[in-house]
Amino acid sequence: MTNHPEFMDHPGNAALLTGQHGEYLLPSQNPVQLITPEGAIRHRGDGHSAGNFKDSYPMPSAETLRRGYAGLVLGRRINEQAGALVRQGRMAVYPSSLGQEACQVAAWMVLESSDWLFASYRDTVAIMGRGVSAAEAFESLRGDWHSGFNPYDYNTALPTTPLATQLLHAVGVAHAAKLRGEDTVVLAMCGDGATSEGDFHEALNFAAVFHVPAVFLIQNNQYAISVPLIHQNVAPSLAHKAIGYGMPGERVDGNDLAALLTVLGTAVDRARKGGGPALIEAHTYRMEAHTNADDSTRYRSAEEVAQWVPKDPLKRLRKYLSDAGELGSEHEETFTVAADGVAKQLRDGLNAPSSPDPLDMFRFVYSEPTPQLRKQSRQLAAELAAVAVASATTAAGGHGTEARS
Amino acid sequence: MTAVPALAPVEISGRQELTFAKALNLAMADAMAEDPTVLVFGEDVGTLGGVFRITDGLKKRFGEERCFDTPLAESGIVGMATGMAINGMRPVVEMQFDAFAYPAFEQIASHVAKMGNRTRGRVRLPLVIRIPYAGGIGGVEHHCDSSEGYYVQTPGLTVLTPSTISDAYILLRDAIASPDPVVFMEPKKLYFSKGSVDVDDLRARYASAAGTGGALASQSTIGQAAVIRAGTDATLIAYGPSVAPALAAAETAAAEGRSLQVIDVRSLVPYDEATIDAAVRATGRAVVIAEAPGFASMAAEIAAGIQERCFHSLAAPVLRVTGFDVPYPAPKLEHYYLPGVDRILDAVDQLQWEHS
Ligand SMILES: Cc1ncc(C[n+]2csc(CCOP(=O)(O)OP(=O)(O)O)c2C)c(N)n1
Ligand SMILES: [Mg+2]
Repeated sequence: MTNHPEFMDHPGNAALLTGQHGEYLLPSQNPVQLITPEGAIRHRGDGHSAGNFKDSYPMPSAETLRRGYAGLVLGRRINEQAGALVRQGRMAVYPSSLGQEACQVAAWMVLESSDWLFASYRDTVAIMGRGVSAAEAFESLRGDWHSGFNPYDYNTALPTTPLATQLLHAVGVAHAAKLRGEDTVVLAMCGDGATSEGDFHEALNFAAVFHVPAVFLIQNNQYAISVPLIHQNVAPSLAHKAIGYGMPGERVDGNDLAALLTVLGTAVDRARKGGGPALIEAHTYRMEAHTNADDSTRYRSAEEVAQWVPKDPLKRLRKYLSDAGELGSEHEETFTVAADGVAKQLRDGLNAPSSPDPLDMFRFVYSEPTPQLRKQSRQLAAELAAVAVASATTAAGGHGTEARS
Repeated sequence: MTAVPALAPVEISGRQELTFAKALNLAMADAMAEDPTVLVFGEDVGTLGGVFRITDGLKKRFGEERCFDTPLAESGIVGMATGMAINGMRPVVEMQFDAFAYPAFEQIASHVAKMGNRTRGRVRLPLVIRIPYAGGIGGVEHHCDSSEGYYVQTPGLTVLTPSTISDAYILLRDAIASPDPVVFMEPKKLYFSKGSVDVDDLRARYASAAGTGGALASQSTIGQAAVIRAGTDATLIAYGPSVAPALAAAETAAAEGRSLQVIDVRSLVPYDEATIDAAVRATGRAVVIAEAPGFASMAAEIAAGIQERCFHSLAAPVLRVTGFDVPYPAPKLEHYYLPGVDRILDAVDQLQWEHS
């Protein structure tokens, strides 16, 4: 492992030096939870032993949690608004993170703007947390192009669907940063099902072997479309996989923003100081179907879904902050107004007329279009011109496309 | 690493007898010396110098950060290279053999090829995937595939394949300098072929664009076929491992009084239809030669394109001499499979000479 001086002071390294290497790589005995679903303090996180946690996971400050709560309110609003827009036919598909907002918010909160985020198709809320506007974040879902923003503007990769493939890109970005001596950290996200893919394994192994500053966050929302985790994997937990790669793993209550912030924050901090990668498994639940195209009643019961309602990440943080006297109606008011503003931008963005230029298909495939692409572009341009002439003729009282003959 | 200054080039100059392998090695060494963002990695490429020794000495010369071994995972190699290219590097990765690049195919097809288009040109991936390919070496199964068809069928990839010592150097330098991802197919049967080249001349192409790591754009071989033998009766179009049998066939034909022109396609994508069409229009006859199975192949594309564009200049249908549509055969059978001089000349004989 690293001999970086700052890592030598880290409790994890102390464990390594005292021969408890394996123990430290294994996740804590219980998933880390600081605030119970009822909004009570479970642990202040100020000692290792209290919750059988292997690290001291301090409770974030009230101010941080309030900022996080604002993020949850916004995230929930984005999910609800996007769902409504799908139902109205404004966009074809939306993979919702409703119920998973604590993971979404923690992901952007633990990163600096110079860090990188590699997320999945379900993580629009996390991506917007990086500063990506509603219009940019939803452009690909609207169907105009496969992307809506410049990754370099936000150090945020474009989400795509091939499962787990982005984890390797994250490792590469982290590796390049490390070679240049930068202190960038890369957060890479995937779902529970994606952990079965070969690229998940290759990414974690590469990250550990090259000791890169990458943190992997699995949102275990219990399902991969219809397939429950038990049919995917029978390891003691997904976080236990970390030991197989020689990196620390940790489990965390994925609906407890306080726990997520402290656990992810610890891993990010350690990576930044040269301590290498880590794997975090967050237990959460996908409250809606996989996408609007999916019917989740075919594979899970209403009772099961209902069990997760009381574990809602928003309710619990609201209760905790209110009880602590840290959240007043004026805060709620401000956060709601802000969320409404973003929801409006989202509606406006999707309602705005759009007419992607068909010739863009040829422009970006290579830095310079090949002779073949130039020819094909000219062909399509000619077809478009002919259609334009025909419709002008129709408008002028002619016979439309019949004018061709 | 940022502090690493450009290094002096490897001390070799003037006219030299080089192997194809050494020319590739020199191309990487020169690119690495000039541009500190050029990195070389893959399986066994570090201490060993690669199973074919193409990366010999690079780790020693440029250090472990610039040339290193990876775990055995091809998707991992290409996926990590993608991330490094996103973040300012120019990775040159080695796949150990053609068939062992298949685990990387998802990364290549879904990300490497698509990144530039997906991002409207905002993220370009200047990376090179080197793949030793094709047969003729008596290799066991999975060591002799001509897999170029998968890559040429994937928009967004540049696909190059050299057949001469000087092209080994030039095409690889151009690949490394390209802003777009290049699949660089190396005919492994040629690795230890030798030829005399002037190293100073090769390097001179790049001197004028010093610091950019590449030749001036106007000199790049990307998209440029080469007419490598003049001829007036028919045109043989070949690439990579099939160039040598095409030249041999032209030599034999010359002795029989038939003058065959030979074209080395070199750049499969972008494809140089201007040069190739002009050549075929001049001779009026063409045979396309490639080792890969012919069905739905690069050879099929070349033949179809010529027929579409040059129909009125043709005196005979364009013929193809390719591998059979079978998995690459066992070593004792490969010579039945490979397009050789006789099969090429048989095809030439069928070019309806009675009509000329
Ligand atoms: C390589 C690949 N195989 C299959 C799919 C189709 N697919 C899309 S999402 C999904 C389920 C993924 O589940 P999980 O990783 O748990 O993420 P979640 O959707 O629950 O967030 C599948 C099978 C895909 N996108 N990529
Ligand atoms: Mg899931």
